[in-house]
Amino acid sequence: MENKLKKVDLIFCKTCQDDIEVVKKALKRNPDDIINEIIDSGLKGRGGAGFPTGLKWKFAKAQPSDIKYVVCNADEGEPGTFKDREILDQVPTKVLAGMAICAYCIGAKEGFIYLRAEYNFMLNKLNQIVEEFNSKMKEVGLNFEIQIRSGAGAYVCGEESALFESIEGKRGEPRNKPPFPTVVGLFGKPTVINNVETFVYTAMINHLGAQRFKELGTQDSRGSKVFSVSGDTPKAGIYELELGMTVEDFVKEFGDGDTKAVQVGGASGHCVPRKKFENTIIGFEGIPTGGSMMLFNSSRSMYNVLKDYLEFFTEESCGQCTPCRVGCQQLLKGIEAVKRGERPASYLEELKKLAQTMRIAAKCGLGQSVANPFISIVDNFKEEIIY
Amino acid sequence: MSNYMVNLKINNIPVSVPEGTTILEAAKKLNFRIPTLCYHEDLSVAGNCRVCVVEQVGARLLQAACAIPASEGMEILTNSNKVRQARKHIIELLLSEHRADCTECYKNGNCELQDLAHEYGVNQHLFIDLARKRNYTIDRSSPSIIKDDSRCIRCQRCVRTCDELQGVSALAVAYKGEHQKISTFFEHPMFEVVCTNCGQCINRCPTGALIEKTYIDEVWDAINDPNKHVVVQTAPAVRIGLGEVLGYEPGERVTGKMVTALKLLGFDSVLDTDFTADLTIMEEGTELLTRLKKALVDKEKVALPMMTSCSPGWIKFQEHLFPNLLENLSTCKSPQQMFGALAKTYYAQKRGIDPKNIVSVSIMPCTAKKFEANRPEMRSSGYQDVDYVLTTRELGLMIKQAGIDFMKLPDSPYDNIMGESTGAAVIFGATGGVMEAALRTAYEIVTGREVPFRNLNITPVRGFEGIREATVKIEGCLPEWSFLEGVELKVAVAHGLANAKKLMQAVNDGILSYHFIEVMACPGGCLGGGGQPIPTNLEIRKKRAEAIYAEDEGMPLRKSHENPEIHLIYQDFLGKPLSHKSHELLHTHYIPRKRY
Repeated sequence: MENKLKKVDLIFCKTCQDDIEVVKKALKRNPDDIINEIIDSGLKGRGGAGFPTGLKWKFAKAQPSDIKYVVCNADEGEPGTFKDREILDQVPTKVLAGMAICAYCIGAKEGFIYLRAEYNFMLNKLNQIVEEFNSKMKEVGLNFEIQIRSGAGAYVCGEESALFESIEGKRGEPRNKPPFPTVVGLFGKPTVINNVETFVYTAMINHLGAQRFKELGTQDSRGSKVFSVSGDTPKAGIYELELGMTVEDFVKEFGDGDTKAVQVGGASGHCVPRKKFENTIIGFEGIPTGGSMMLFNSSRSMYNVLKDYLEFFTEESCGQCTPCRVGCQQLLKGIEAVKRGERPASYLEELKKLAQTMRIAAKCGLGQSVANPFISIVDNFKEEIIY
Repeated sequence: MSNYMVNLKINNIPVSVPEGTTILEAAKKLNFRIPTLCYHEDLSVAGNCRVCVVEQVGARLLQAACAIPASEGMEILTNSNKVRQARKHIIELLLSEHRADCTECYKNGNCELQDLAHEYGVNQHLFIDLARKRNYTIDRSSPSIIKDDSRCIRCQRCVRTCDELQGVSALAVAYKGEHQKISTFFEHPMFEVVCTNCGQCINRCPTGALIEKTYIDEVWDAINDPNKHVVVQTAPAVRIGLGEVLGYEPGERVTGKMVTALKLLGFDSVLDTDFTADLTIMEEGTELLTRLKKALVDKEKVALPMMTSCSPGWIKFQEHLFPNLLENLSTCKSPQQMFGALAKTYYAQKRGIDPKNIVSVSIMPCTAKKFEANRPEMRSSGYQDVDYVLTTRELGLMIKQAGIDFMKLPDSPYDNIMGESTGAAVIFGATGGVMEAALRTAYEIVTGREVPFRNLNITPVRGFEGIREATVKIEGCLPEWSFLEGVELKVAVAHGLANAKKLMQAVNDGILSYHFIEVMACPGGCLGGGGQPIPTNLEIRKKRAEAIYAEDEGMPLRKSHENPEIHLIYQDFLGKPLSHKSHELLHTHYIPRKRY
């Protein structure tokens, strides 16, 4: 059974590549070739949304602008996700190499790492590494400098346009889209913003070739991915796994024998109940994840799980748009009222309709994705919510 | 806007619009109104209330029509079931956070949220009432503005107004999530922050979260007190705005009806701020010429450019943000305060009334005037010079309360004394008007001839450009003014404090230099004041401006120095401009304030 689940050692391998050499190799290539190879590899963004990385770079390259930016999203705020911390701690130069290659491809001279406030413990070390890397880039002839910007603790700043606002010194609130970041990004300039892990894979693809990456995963979900496993599991931790496994495969490896549900993709992801383990693929053909996998066993109240998530969103909504700011509060107060018997069980149907409105009418991904846990938990664990 | 056209369909009807046009504007072209709350024509687009969401065929997400540009081949549905359900939900959500006791609300009947709730037939009780349980603050610290968070829908129009139009940012967004609110610097009370009391936020608040502090009841009490002699003055811009509250389209001149109504309300004497506007021109024009003489002849160090001082929002702005330029402000009080000081001195003497029994009320297009009347400097009559300041909106409400059928009223003339005025005074109500009135008089004092513009209309200082400049060459001076011969008088006009800020920075940095600058705090000048009827937009302000200039052209006298009552007051009471008595009653000083 275990062989169904392929563990991979690409990301954290410290001897597999010399990151400066990887950049040097890239500098000898035509940017279009690099971008085409990334497109060919099928790499999709590892932050959770899964936009094809090569296309993003291509769009940014096509923009006629003297100033462009490369931004690394290290605002790893999704509950249950802690893989970017490990990547930045263990193999930071792989991330920097990915950023440098991106800068070379799109024509950017400046890069930013937006580091979540809670990761400030690594700021000094990381600054030092970035400084060394910057001077190495000068040596190899790439005019590109990276700076680190520290977040201030808001979950919403992981949303790319809110992140830009935050770097610009403004209140971290998502912008209207379009225009998208590749057209109007940081400081109004064309910008590629990728997740920490995504940059590592771009460097890796440049080093090992698209073929090696494509050998892993499925049609829609190429390659491997780093997972943060937490909850009721004897093996909590960080694992790089090939994409395309079912939740069943995953639970066999990581469950404690009593797993009743897996929350795939963190608080903003979907809850998969035991009866759907077998038919649910972890990946873009099934349920995508930025890495968070939370296991719950039968001792857990799914009402409490949902309440916890909703409290989180009620607090972490930026508050600017109505569906998210008020919707989150209503979903939370709503299930509490149902639990206390102040509203009938049928009120859950009204709340699901509200969640649907939030999914299509909220301004950014935060408000849009609250419906994911809400509907999947209410639908699959209705009794636990009501009684 | 681009010349490139994009073709799309809205509700299955094809339409071509220039690239960059939003879905909202494109729909308007086809006469489909899409509801909005956070959108305002005067402001940047926020896209945060989400009431304007529309369906784009084939797209997973609904789109905010105010924020999303139309694109080629787009198919938009503005009224599908999906859209209606989402909109209804959004309005219901807003109501659940809103203290919706509409009958107690000052904005009842003029509330955009109320209108939408009615239009969409919402169920106010579908969701749990969040407003009742919350500890909302109602900030009544300011003499001008009440900020009631329990009615706030967080559309941030006020925040954008204060930042984009006024450059003040007294209001900003604080906290996040359920705690997100519109607040001030460290949540200090409105009275203690950089707020200029301009009231532009009130003009753009879709609900009753920002309203003026009303003094209607106090005024009724005064009117009904037989021992009080209640005088009322009306500012230039009220006569072209009041109609909008009482059933007229924007741009209607209702001067005569307004005077009749005020008499019917029971005011003992209905007088005109325009009289002291003319007086301001005499004092301020003389002050300018005196400063120029000191600079050019006596080579004294005097503060130039001189800046106008009629707009109390602008004064407080300067006190906060450019305290180093306070000497540049004319020392003239605003027409309201000149009137107040004279009502309890000159008027009281002439009419033989004990000033302690005079209650002085002013009707202003302005909320900052409420603050101004309360300034400790404004007691030169020995009493508070102006007791109560009402906005145009408050006067409209009083007329409604009295059951007066305003549209059917005959016209009446102002009472005397202090009721006579000229066209120069009327144009104080529009941006550039004080400048134009001052030039009409100053030029004639210096040269003995009329200002060399056709029909006295100094068009270069008119209009709605944020900052305007003009140069007037002085030629053929009278002997006593010969030092001005050939001088090119450089003037500038700014309206809206964000424009004033730009101009002040340029002046401060020495990039631009002028002799005389007019600033009005509000966009369009007083006609767009924070006490004027709601709604406001550029089109409405343009109509009000046309009415102001038409009023000017219709006046028999159009130059302040020709006002016979002005001659009378100098002859009988003040002596001459800048006399000792003038200084005592008509001039003031300013105080530096902190920057936040």
